[in-house]
Amino acid sequence: MTEGMITAAYIIASILFILGLGGLSRQESARRGNIYAMLGMFIAIVATILGSQVTSYGVIFSAMIIGILTGMYVAKKIEMTGMPQLVAMLHSFVGLAAVLIGFATYLDPSSHFYGVEKTIHNVEIYLGVFIGAVTFTGSLIAFGKLQGVLSGKAILLPARHWLNVLMLLLSIYLLIIFIDAQSSTIAISSLLFMTFIALLFGVHMVLSIGGADMPVVVSMLNSYSGWAAAATGFMLSNDLLIITGALVGSSGAILSYIMCRAMNRSFISVIAGGFGTTVSASGNNQDVEHGEALSTTVEETVQLFQDAKKVIVVPGYGMAVARAQHIVSDIVKKLQHQDVLVLFAIHPVAGRLPGHMNVLLAEAKVPYDIVLEMDEINEDFSKTDVVLVIGANDIVNPGALDDPTSPIAGMPVLEVWNAKHVIVMKRSMATGYSGVDNPLFYKDNTRLLFGDAKESAEAIFAQL
Amino acid sequence: MSLKIGIPKEIHEEEKRVAATPETVTWLKKFGFSVAIETGAGENAHFSDDLYDEMGVEIVQDTKTLWEHSDVILKVRAPEAHPFLALHEVELLKEGAYLICFIWPSINPELMQMLVNKKATVLAMDSIPRISRAQKFDALSSMANIAGYRAVIESANHFGRFFTGQITAAGKMPPATVLVIGAGVAGLAAIAAANGLGAVVRAFDTRPEVKEQIESLGAEFLWIETDEDSSGAGGYAKVMSPEFIKAEMELFARQAMEVDIIITTALIPGKKAPELITAGMVESMKEGSVIVDLAAEQGGNCTLTEPGEVIVRHGVTLIGYTDLPSRLPAQSSQLYGTNLRHLLHDLCKTKDGQIDVDMDDEVIRGATIIKKGEITWPPPAPQIQAVSKPPKLAVKAPPFREKRKKKSTSWFNALSMLIAALLLLALSSVAPSNFMAHFTVFVLSCFVGYHVVWNVTPALHTPLMSVTNAISGIIVLGALIQVSNELSTTVTVLSAIAILVATINISGGFFVTHRMLKMFQQVDRRRK
Repeated sequence: MTEGMITAAYIIASILFILGLGGLSRQESARRGNIYAMLGMFIAIVATILGSQVTSYGVIFSAMIIGILTGMYVAKKIEMTGMPQLVAMLHSFVGLAAVLIGFATYLDPSSHFYGVEKTIHNVEIYLGVFIGAVTFTGSLIAFGKLQGVLSGKAILLPARHWLNVLMLLLSIYLLIIFIDAQSSTIAISSLLFMTFIALLFGVHMVLSIGGADMPVVVSMLNSYSGWAAAATGFMLSNDLLIITGALVGSSGAILSYIMCRAMNRSFISVIAGGFGTTVSASGNNQDVEHGEALSTTVEETVQLFQDAKKVIVVPGYGMAVARAQHIVSDIVKKLQHQDVLVLFAIHPVAGRLPGHMNVLLAEAKVPYDIVLEMDEINEDFSKTDVVLVIGANDIVNPGALDDPTSPIAGMPVLEVWNAKHVIVMKRSMATGYSGVDNPLFYKDNTRLLFGDAKESAEAIFAQL
Repeated sequence: MSLKIGIPKEIHEEEKRVAATPETVTWLKKFGFSVAIETGAGENAHFSDDLYDEMGVEIVQDTKTLWEHSDVILKVRAPEAHPFLALHEVELLKEGAYLICFIWPSINPELMQMLVNKKATVLAMDSIPRISRAQKFDALSSMANIAGYRAVIESANHFGRFFTGQITAAGKMPPATVLVIGAGVAGLAAIAAANGLGAVVRAFDTRPEVKEQIESLGAEFLWIETDEDSSGAGGYAKVMSPEFIKAEMELFARQAMEVDIIITTALIPGKKAPELITAGMVESMKEGSVIVDLAAEQGGNCTLTEPGEVIVRHGVTLIGYTDLPSRLPAQSSQLYGTNLRHLLHDLCKTKDGQIDVDMDDEVIRGATIIKKGEITWPPPAPQIQAVSKPPKLAVKAPPFREKRKKKSTSWFNALSMLIAALLLLALSSVAPSNFMAHFTVFVLSCFVGYHVVWNVTPALHTPLMSVTNAISGIIVLGALIQVSNELSTTVTVLSAIAILVATINISGGFFVTHRMLKMFQQVDRRRK
């Protein structure tokens, strides 16, 4: 394959990637979009392998076949509730690959650059490795948190902001050493040292972010993995990598922005971390006389459902944890047969991944035209007989609207309390990830149904 | 020796209620009391002597005997002069006995003095604190509920048309429009009853927190914009400022011209009822309209109301009945009797027929107005509100701050764009053209990505993430190019590992996306 043919293949691949992302704008075209993206990837890889630079087919094919099979296996086995972990894990692979490729490029004895070009090339390598390393460890920590291996709470070191600044400054200093290095020993050791710092940086950054901010973290790491690919593209002068990296990078950045907006928080404050631990003490919730939180039984809940004309279900991370989506879907079907209008209300940051709840409900075969977004449904609550909140907390906290001192003040929330009755399925009276007490639980029309969401839902289903 | 409860026949004119029903007396007996009732006491509420007899209640023929032998008297109305015996009921009361009924101590000081002289212990049903825990004793609420319902029934009775709108072969009938003023228990009951009959219901209250309750019963909430907080203690509204009252009166004047029926329930504790409907407003109402004034006994919310009477003024029927609960005697006796039995349950926790007036209990403390001949009224003011009110927000400052912020962000934007342009210029002056070409591609791709991704529907954010994740595996190309390096095994090894992990990423990302989208699609197909 000639150089020109490879470029043509790359152009086609780029277009296919763009069409692929564009296809996701609607449900109907989404699958076609995915196939476009697959096709683009296939063309790009085949064209590259057929290029004159590539000769070691044995290594490539064995590595790729193992890779493909592993990927397929994981994709097939993963529970839909485990999607956030999988996505985080895959991000770490991109980061790792970027680090490895960066080193390989630097060590490549066949490359010859001089003057400014050499400097730029080295900066590119440096950046690629840096972003890759941060993505790698950041994603691993995110994976650990989502998997429950690590605590979901934010871990805050005393001078964490200064620590971050220090690590950044040190990295810049090492960059200067790296560029000016006369001997390759100094250069490679500064590159290695920076990699070490970047790995630490990734760990520290994600450790200090609380569990409720995970949707932001995951989409941010998604963005980083894109920038890592783009940086690699620069270092290899490969336009396809640059294009794809930029697409992924901006996509992740937009998702992070959407998630932040849904929580009424600035991106910086999320990344700087510390939400959920420092603020819980400053909220004045302790002073407020709440009254009593009233619990209810499965029987009463069933009674309410049977008398209701309109029911809205608000799922949260608790539903994902309990894997209750299938039984909830069964309840909904049963209610629909009894001529009850049932809708789902999805908050943008429900779950630990953007769109997490939609995926779970789709898995449970809930038709998506009854699954509505916050803005579409918020006004409907006042006309609703029963709202069933399953394992959600902060996203239905009225304090966000009427308590200016609340740490989540100003965050748009689902106004479930306007309904006639609110049933909250909860494991205990514990606060949500933000660590904020929820006045919803003390409202007159709220009843708490304690217990595992799945077990409670099964009991309700049996009695309906 | 267990105490004996006596239930005299009510002597107030037109009073049909009785303080205990055959059902509630069985409970009183369970608490260990013996119970006696004056003959015919339940007759007007359709509870015959025989029914009480069946429950083991002693039927006493003579009024005097009943009072003399009873340690505890349960009544509805406050004691008054007996029409036949030429004696006051308090004079009949045994010395040191317990009396539980409505008293209204603030307007009956003479009665209070008489009870003190008798060394009585008196619990006033009207003085039960209006807190959540005391709801089961709250006879004011249970009676108000009945009054609100009955007010609508009375108004329907005097209203010459249907409540519900109908279109029939004989023509179209519009629905009646009902305005309920004051959304306490009575007001809410009236809203529910009128709504149930099919009328269009509007309701007004000075307390904004009742809006939800009004709307939940199907009425439209009328409201005047104000900064004032109108919630007084104990679930009542307080007196409002002159400006507010002026706006309120204008609202009523407009409404009077539109609505068919007005039901007023506005009371301020210990004061004369506020005058809300003027003679002029009555005049402006449509011929055949009805006003029911539930505050008639406290002076009336309407100027023209005559307490206890139904009159017609300017073609409008004004109903001023003061005995609305008594007009549903069986129902109101049952509810009142149940309130009393709950109270006695708390007074006699040991169930041995003895009464213990526990002054540490907030509810009993509030209800006890005289203890062993000593006036204990008024109690310390209740601190807890009946209705939790939403915290007032001090939101004067934020808009101002926001404005400033906006200004500074636009300034910030301009600055950052300038810096970006300068950096770009600096970069292009040193960087080779080769780099600039790549850079162009990069910047354009960012913009393309930006526009494409904004169109993605939120439901597909997870698939978007996994698909972008898969395509970020494009990084494999870098490794592919590096892997065939013949000069360095390190490079080959590093690249091979990179190929492996990047491929896992690609195939894992694509296949999991595929799996998710298939689920979405299946749902879609099932719909079709």
